[in-house]
Amino acid sequence: MDCVVTGGNVKVLAKAIHSLSRIGDELYVEPQEDGLALRSVNSSRSAYACFLFAPLFFSRYTIPIGLAFRCKMAIKSVQAVFRSIATLEKTVEKCHIELDDQKNRLTFTLHCKHGLMKTHNLSFQDSESLQAVFDKDSYSNVFRSHPRLLVDTVVHFPPSLEEVTVSLSDDRMWVKNHVEDETDRSKAMLTELCLASDEFDHFSVKVQNSVTFCLKELRGLLVFAESTGLPISMYCDEPGSPVVLSVTDSVLEGNFVLATLSDDSNLRKNNTKRACTPPPPPDDFMNDDMDSYLIAMDTSVMPGPSASRPPSPPLTNSTSLKQTATANHRTRLPSEEEEEEEEEEEAVDSSGPPNKKFCSLFFGSVLPPSSQMTTQPLTGQEVLASDSEDDVQ
Amino acid sequence: MKFRGKIIDVACLNHFTRVITTISKLTKMCVLRLTPQNLFFVLSGKVANGGVSMWCELSQENFFDEFQMEGVSPEDNEICLEVTPENLSRALKTVQNAKAVKVKLTKKHCPCLTIAAELPTLSSVSRVVTHDVPVEVIPRRLWHEFKEPSMPDFDVSIYLPPLKTMKNVIDRMKNLSNFLVVEANLNGEMNLKIDTDLVSVSTHFKDLGNPPWGDEASQQGGPSQSRDPDTMAQTRVDIRKLQQFLVGQQVNPSKAMCNIVHERVVHLILLHEDVSLQYFIPAVA
Repeated sequence: MDCVVTGGNVKVLAKAIHSLSRIGDELYVEPQEDGLALRSVNSSRSAYACFLFAPLFFSRYTIPIGLAFRCKMAIKSVQAVFRSIATLEKTVEKCHIELDDQKNRLTFTLHCKHGLMKTHNLSFQDSESLQAVFDKDSYSNVFRSHPRLLVDTVVHFPPSLEEVTVSLSDDRMWVKNHVEDETDRSKAMLTELCLASDEFDHFSVKVQNSVTFCLKELRGLLVFAESTGLPISMYCDEPGSPVVLSVTDSVLEGNFVLATLSDDSNLRKNNTKRACTPPPPPDDFMNDDMDSYLIAMDTSVMPGPSASRPPSPPLTNSTSLKQTATANHRTRLPSEEEEEEEEEEEAVDSSGPPNKKFCSLFFGSVLPPSSQMTTQPLTGQEVLASDSEDDVQ
Repeated sequence: MKFRGKIIDVACLNHFTRVITTISKLTKMCVLRLTPQNLFFVLSGKVANGGVSMWCELSQENFFDEFQMEGVSPEDNEICLEVTPENLSRALKTVQNAKAVKVKLTKKHCPCLTIAAELPTLSSVSRVVTHDVPVEVIPRRLWHEFKEPSMPDFDVSIYLPPLKTMKNVIDRMKNLSNFLVVEANLNGEMNLKIDTDLVSVSTHFKDLGNPPWGDEASQQGGPSQSRDPDTMAQTRVDIRKLQQFLVGQQVNPSKAMCNIVHERVVHLILLHEDVSLQYFIPAVA
């Protein structure tokens, strides 16, 4: 393999590597006939990202004929090659990536101004092909927007926030932070943002539902999309099936596949119930009446601890539904505890599975033969069932 | 109990955000008291927060274009909430370019101060972002804990040197000691001193001036008037508390003063037009 990247494309390549580094610790490199594929997956296999740079992206692109070469390497070491994007932009004129067969090294050579040359010889490991299974055409909900819209959206959420929930209606998208625990809800700040359909370049919702996925990887893609100015397309379906975020250009394609939170059957019931109800009407910002925010909280002078506990007043439709959902959840709890206790009695070492589950369904070990996305059989690929949250990095 | 306020002016929004950010640097939790004229951020000097207390007073008229509230009752026309200022600050920081920001008391999953902002977009519909900051409503029987602290019967009152200079000095001193002695006299001189087994450092400021408190001062013809202008009044305080005050402050006060009650308390006052921030640091033995 021997490829040369010149000019502004060096920065594009660097940005791609930086955004892949938000996903996993290893970079999978695979020179294909249709271009150079750079991929990464996180340790729990709930997030996958792939950039495919077409031969035209390079000023020279040659791959060994008949000999399939694939490798993986520590993404940190590749990142080190492209450490400072600012200086890269100013000084690097050309980047040469070559496979050194003799030494078994992948060589990155940066040709800088004034004849300066920086060579990095990176060791690698042979690997299987890493390929997620997804079909963007089969998704029911599709959006496209300038990256700025999503950047301006995620900026409202704290950096420490792990997951966001995206809810859809025919003409609106709600983005809010996902809070795991009912007990945390009373302490956590909840943020909700509403985007109108006409803020998007393309907005098509066939199924109104909501999905929850990790914010970190989305932020990773935004780093890339914002610097290249490429519009982001978002594909999503029902909870549990992955969200696909993609950027495309004539010479490159980037796809980020993120697992979404799939709730257990009980919660799903609530979820569908919630999904069926129309989302709350958009806040009529300028003309609302203060009375609608009336709070029947009692702070009477009557002493006693009960004074601080407010009775819940009748609320708007959506909120009260949420409350029933909460109530359902609560009533369910005792039985769950019992189950857990029983389990503990039966087998002390197997603690109950955590409630929160990201399904990494998209790495199916059995592939539909019709799938065009896969060109390689996934031999040696572990079967990837759902991972517990402990594995999510 | 109802509350709703609206800020439209960008400068007001920015100023309000700065005040709240300053408070968020001083304390994790504090009490927000709402009255028809004012907003107060209060931290009462409990042992749990190191004996430090704070009183910040804002006139609503200077920030809000609309301000409606209805207190617990007509006689007690106030609302008292326990808030996390950091959450408010974070919510406000992300909406600095908003066309309008509303702050309102809402009943969501729990009582919340909802900050709703209308953000400009290219489309015909504005983008609305809401932040629900959970608050706790403080029952009336506890309100007495959050009254304005009375001006201490200070021995010396003095204008502070530029806060940035003071911060630089204290940042360095903090590496050497945990405690700092603040001393000042009525001759416009102030010293910041640390004293450990290994090292003694003191920084002297002069010509700072002493604020004329006149008859308003609590000591009517008290000690400070009959006081020898060169005698220092001093208080030993936790250096981190003072540093916290200097690091976080974003108000750019027009006046910064310090009152010292000998061996008792350091009382810092920042004034900026309509905002006053008072901070009390107790003496440590």
